[in-house]
Amino acid sequence: MTANPDAAPVPRLRGVEDGSALEMRSIRKQFGATVALDDVDFTLGRGEIHALLGENGAGKSTLVKIISGAVRPDRGVMRLAGRPFHPPGPLAGRLSGISMIYQELNLAPHLTVEENVVLGREASVGGFLKRRGVREKIRETLAFLGHSEIPLDVPTGRLSVGTRQIVEISRAIMDRSSILVMDEPTSSLAREDTERLFQVIRKLRAEGVSVIYISHFLEEVREVADVYTVLRDGRNVGAGRMADASFEEIIRLMVGSKMSDFFPRVPREQGDRLLALKALKGVRMGGAVSLEMRRGEIVGLAGLIGAGRTETLRTVFGLDATASGGVELEGRAAGPGRPWRMIARGFGLLSEDRQGEGLALSRSITDNVTLSRLGPYRRRGFLSLKKRAAAAAGWIAALNIKAGGPQLPVAGLSGGNQQKVALARLLHQDADVLLLDEPTRGIDVMSKAQIYDWMGRAAAEGKGLLFVSSYFPELLGVCDRIVVFHRGRIVADRPAAEWTDESLMAASMTGKA
Amino acid sequence: MTLRPKIKIQTVLNLVAPFMGLILVIALFSAMPDVQSRFLRAANLKSVATQSVIVALGALGMTLVIIGGGIDLSAASNIALSSVIAAYAINAGLPPLLGLVLGILTGGLIGLVNGTLITRLKLVPFIITMGMMGIARGAAKWIARNQKIDAPLTWINELMSKSPHPPWLVLAPGVWLMIVFAVVMAVVLRYTVFGRHIFAIGSNEAAARLCGVRTVRTKILFYTVSGLFLGLAGVMEFSRLTVGDPTVAVGLELDIIAAVVIGGGSLSGGEGSIMGSMIGVFIMAFLRNGCTMMGWPNYIQEIIIGVIIVAAVALDQVRHRRTA
Repeated sequence: MTANPDAAPVPRLRGVEDGSALEMRSIRKQFGATVALDDVDFTLGRGEIHALLGENGAGKSTLVKIISGAVRPDRGVMRLAGRPFHPPGPLAGRLSGISMIYQELNLAPHLTVEENVVLGREASVGGFLKRRGVREKIRETLAFLGHSEIPLDVPTGRLSVGTRQIVEISRAIMDRSSILVMDEPTSSLAREDTERLFQVIRKLRAEGVSVIYISHFLEEVREVADVYTVLRDGRNVGAGRMADASFEEIIRLMVGSKMSDFFPRVPREQGDRLLALKALKGVRMGGAVSLEMRRGEIVGLAGLIGAGRTETLRTVFGLDATASGGVELEGRAAGPGRPWRMIARGFGLLSEDRQGEGLALSRSITDNVTLSRLGPYRRRGFLSLKKRAAAAAGWIAALNIKAGGPQLPVAGLSGGNQQKVALARLLHQDADVLLLDEPTRGIDVMSKAQIYDWMGRAAAEGKGLLFVSSYFPELLGVCDRIVVFHRGRIVADRPAAEWTDESLMAASMTGKA
Repeated sequence: MTLRPKIKIQTVLNLVAPFMGLILVIALFSAMPDVQSRFLRAANLKSVATQSVIVALGALGMTLVIIGGGIDLSAASNIALSSVIAAYAINAGLPPLLGLVLGILTGGLIGLVNGTLITRLKLVPFIITMGMMGIARGAAKWIARNQKIDAPLTWINELMSKSPHPPWLVLAPGVWLMIVFAVVMAVVLRYTVFGRHIFAIGSNEAAARLCGVRTVRTKILFYTVSGLFLGLAGVMEFSRLTVGDPTVAVGLELDIIAAVVIGGGSLSGGEGSIMGSMIGVFIMAFLRNGCTMMGWPNYIQEIIIGVIIVAAVALDQVRHRRTA
């Protein structure tokens, strides 16, 4: 093997004729009542790095899932290197030379680098593995990527995330992929790993590989991409050369001019200081966070996914361990502590993962609403089921939850009604500090408006709300103040009136307010 | 790279940890004044080896299943049914070799059914094999009409004899079979595509499928191979008892699973080795043997083995945390 990576033999890549590597015309995809993609055209040139941009829910992941074969379009035509292309499944997509590199890596952690790279493609003689030539090829590939230092015999579970990504890319190259789709590849990478990744991507481009690059980090995108396409609400709203587009232009394309949603405004006054985070840093948080909130205030937490907002709420509530700093409630140290203790102190958390941890789906509405405060129904260790059901029925009526009765399992409710049950639990618990993580994600407009209304009422009663949302219009419509998180830190803190859609987006993406 | 020293400690720990347990157990009993003179004698070692054969054969298959992220609770029932079938066949006048083959195939068939149901019904292996545990045990009792099946003595009963027929064999033929198959399976796991795919499925099934591994076929295959070994274990059970006993080996599946787990197998899949499992088998066999020689009652053995299982898995956890 040669020591100089540049001199190493270049792996041969699937031949692609000049012109576009992939063409998509009039792609439409509908999930239930939601139109994820509507008449989308997308052209990927050979050997280009193509940024796919858009807000959450704009249709980016649906588009790349269609490319990979994981999702089939309802309508539209695809051509791969000029030939009609309709992959029936992800394996077919992969065999056609399309490799996906997800944030959640597709490696078997117990297998070594070598074993992972050749997984499913093992060379063998009579069932026995043939290793020697294979190892040479993997070494060549790693050297070509400029990473000959990666050991072949270490289980990938022991490598850093950045190194694992390089291993996945090696697998794609060994597969002779002509198209690489990378979904938020840098969100969990340190800066130098990102730099390494970009070098690898540029090398691939030089070999004629096309890369579809999805990222929320606009500055990185500008650094690495040649071309961009912006999706908004399932439509292709603009494309062009990266060099010709300004930052503001792209953001304007992503945000668009949205219809103003209905945000009921409950009149309220702000009271004394309720909550203070004192340089709080959880073990999963990127940095220390200081933040104050008054009674009667709704504070919005804006930022990209992974910016540290969810982790902050979880640390405050004691779900994640604290590394340093503390939480003060009305000027007194109040944690962090275990969740049961935080609940006793008046904290309530609504999880972003409604199905996973927000609700006990197979249990009844009554069980879910009363779970974090069973005290009122307890007498000598026994629960009064009747009283409990009556209380739940009251919340069902108050929040306008559409359900057959309080005894029915939550699993049978629509998303919006499930979310109202989750909110009802916090209200029933009579929490003073409501930590709401994406409370309106994936629910219908009417339910959203009702949840906004209840948030306003809770604030008017003197409670304080920390409101995490990735949907800026609702933050602007509901909050009194909005702070922006970027890579684990708060980078801006202003009254809601001083923010706009565009400025929130820009601050979230760049970290500069 | 900074990885280097870490890996070395890891590798050494992984290699030595299971041996340490075995050495510790042997050293402990060899030092006991009451048994030290007898414990390491050839006759005793031979007897421990022979006693280990059935659990060891079961553990060979169970290692594949556990590495692949599965579990087989029907192992002991499988052994019972296979031994009954072998006895039944020989009792019915079939040649012993045919009885042996039928016993093994019975085991394989149960494994095949397990694997097929797990992959087709998409149910967790715990449930499927727990059901099979009852089905196979019931079938064994049914076929044997709830009694032991007597069978004429044949060369099959020599397989587990401590004084083997050509004396140069030294060890019972069953022990040799166990050794040969252990080597074969170690090679299969390490040097074949099949083995590699078992690890991949246990480690990350979704990734394996995405990479084109035929997960359904591989899973059915490793359950079947495991069943074949249990069938052979059943024949050995028949060989030892000289009768087909449908009530034999109750609870043995837990011994088999314990051996694999003590040997470093992870119940969440992706980890385990034949060497480790065999060491697990012998740790338990030497413990039983030593306790018996010491004259310790049965309940002491049970407590000690219980402690060892927990300790072995706890040690495994520590290793994992270091990995993370």
